[in-house]
Amino acid sequence: MLLIHCPYCGDRPELEFSYGGQAHIARPSKPESVTADQWVEFLYLRSNPRGVHAERWRHVRGCARYFNALRDTRTDRFIATYKAGEAPPQQSGSTP
Amino acid sequence: MQRFSAWSLLKQAFGSHGGWQPQWRRATPKPAYDAIVVGGGGHGLGTAYYLAAEHGLRNIALLEKSWIGGGNTGRNTTILRSNYLFDESARLYDHSLKMWRDLSQVLNYNVMYSPRGVLMLAHSVHDVQVLKRHIHANRCNGVDNEWLSPAEAKAFCPPLNIERNIRYPVMGGALQRRGGTARHDAVAWGYARAADALGVDIIENCEVTGIRRDAGGAIQGVETSLGYIASRKVGVVAAGNSSVVMGMAGVRLPLESFPLQALVSEPVKPVMPCVVMSNSIHAYVSQSDKGELVIGAGTDAYTSYTQRGALHVNMHTLAAICELFPAFRRMRMLRNWGGIVDVSPDRSPIIAKTAVPGLYVNCGWGTGGFKATPGSAHLFAWTMAHDEPHPINAPFTIERFREGLLIDEAAAAAVAH
Ligand SMILES: Cc1cc2nc3c(=O)[nH]c(=O)nc-3n(C[C@H](O)[C@H](O)[C@H](O)COP(=O)(O)OP(=O)(O)OC[C@H]3O[C@@H](n4cnc5c(N)ncnc54)[C@H](O)[C@@H]3O)c2cc1C
Ligand SMILES: [Zn+2]
Repeated sequence: MLLIHCPYCGDRPELEFSYGGQAHIARPSKPESVTADQWVEFLYLRSNPRGVHAERWRHVRGCARYFNALRDTRTDRFIATYKAGEAPPQQSGSTP
Repeated sequence: MQRFSAWSLLKQAFGSHGGWQPQWRRATPKPAYDAIVVGGGGHGLGTAYYLAAEHGLRNIALLEKSWIGGGNTGRNTTILRSNYLFDESARLYDHSLKMWRDLSQVLNYNVMYSPRGVLMLAHSVHDVQVLKRHIHANRCNGVDNEWLSPAEAKAFCPPLNIERNIRYPVMGGALQRRGGTARHDAVAWGYARAADALGVDIIENCEVTGIRRDAGGAIQGVETSLGYIASRKVGVVAAGNSSVVMGMAGVRLPLESFPLQALVSEPVKPVMPCVVMSNSIHAYVSQSDKGELVIGAGTDAYTSYTQRGALHVNMHTLAAICELFPAFRRMRMLRNWGGIVDVSPDRSPIIAKTAVPGLYVNCGWGTGGFKATPGSAHLFAWTMAHDEPHPINAPFTIERFREGLLIDEAAAAAVAH
């Protein structure tokens, strides 16, 4: 089980969280002028990297807030967690 | 290829079984091939076999980054069935289920296909309605699937608990009698041996690290850990790593890779006569011929490439198993493991040509592609050989997500496997 650092509450076990998928995907602001390709991009295409992934988590059984995390999908190690709305922290090199 | 038969077994017995040859050659890569298949799971090995056996290609390489069958093929709970809701899926999975019937004879290798029946349980009024809807849709498509009352389910599967006093009582179930299990390793090895006999080079420990395209964008060949290999036709069948490999050619896929876990118990005498699945409470169980209970869990919550997941996911499944099968409460679990499954938004696979000339992809099988191994391989080989899809896999394109023509088994059932 992962130990996840909620930016509001601190380290908590994975059981308290729900996963929210890839982070920083903005819903198109003018849906009426979005092309089919842009809808595909928004709805279905995901980066799914073997490496560092920016993703959303929700501390649903704690403060109930959404936040973002950088996690390495090769090891499941968290690199950082940060509040929604903030830019992802800079990473110094890649640490597998 | 040394053929297996009662006679050959007897003959080898007199030589203390010292005369058996390796089942496939240890091939080293040639500079160029007519076709390359990337990924040595059942789907990839089968693809190489059908390219050679049915489409006359001889100069074929299969590249596997580790050992063949070491991916999801060798990690899955081997449930076979074809009772999917939509017409497209029913055709695809039933094509495959029919191929299991004589696969052992075709490959001269015992894949231990056992149509012992797959019973899917209902625990709520909604479950009952969903399963009955499946039964009716299946019958329209010529796919067998029948409703069992709780008492009939108990008669079919005696260890099942149908008491009303459990948290999720059994309200009945859908039984596909042609469903069952097969031996996962034997599927990989059987295809490998048969493909090798037709001249396919099976190259293990050869990781594809890049895909080269010419000025016009068409496929030229692949970079590998064993050097560059040229080919104008490349088929990628890399399951959990599909996004990574296809990304090397600049193709983005609507996939996410999640860990999916399974576990086995200590071996015991025959106690489970069939496969039982419960999608609502996430439990799948059957018994292997060795006697182990084979149990599958749901996926972990997050994307990952680690081939492992969290224990609480297994515990959740075991809690459900213990309620449904009180007799199993005191059994000890021996091993658990995970595989990485490539999940598509509609839970249906992609078996298609891509926008890149000469590049084909077979992926998105997620939590349930073992059952489709023969059919998937057969149709993908057709697609690669003809440079166009077979009518059965024609709906399973990448473009369906753009056109809104989803084959939404996810919404229809929210099932795994
Ligand atoms: C725990 C678990 C239980 C499951 N239970 C069932 C079930 O009961 N019924 C069912 O129908 N399905 C089940 N599945 C799903 C099923 O296992 C898969 O859908 C199916 O086996 C996929 O087969 P494949 O040949 O495409 O993939 P794999 O067997 O994973 O083969 C892909 C291969 O590609 C190789 N590869 C990846 N990247 C590269 C590269 N860069 N270069 C070279 N090679 C590469 C990998 O090493 C791997 O061997 C289960 C899966 C899991 C993990
Ligand atoms: Zn919190």
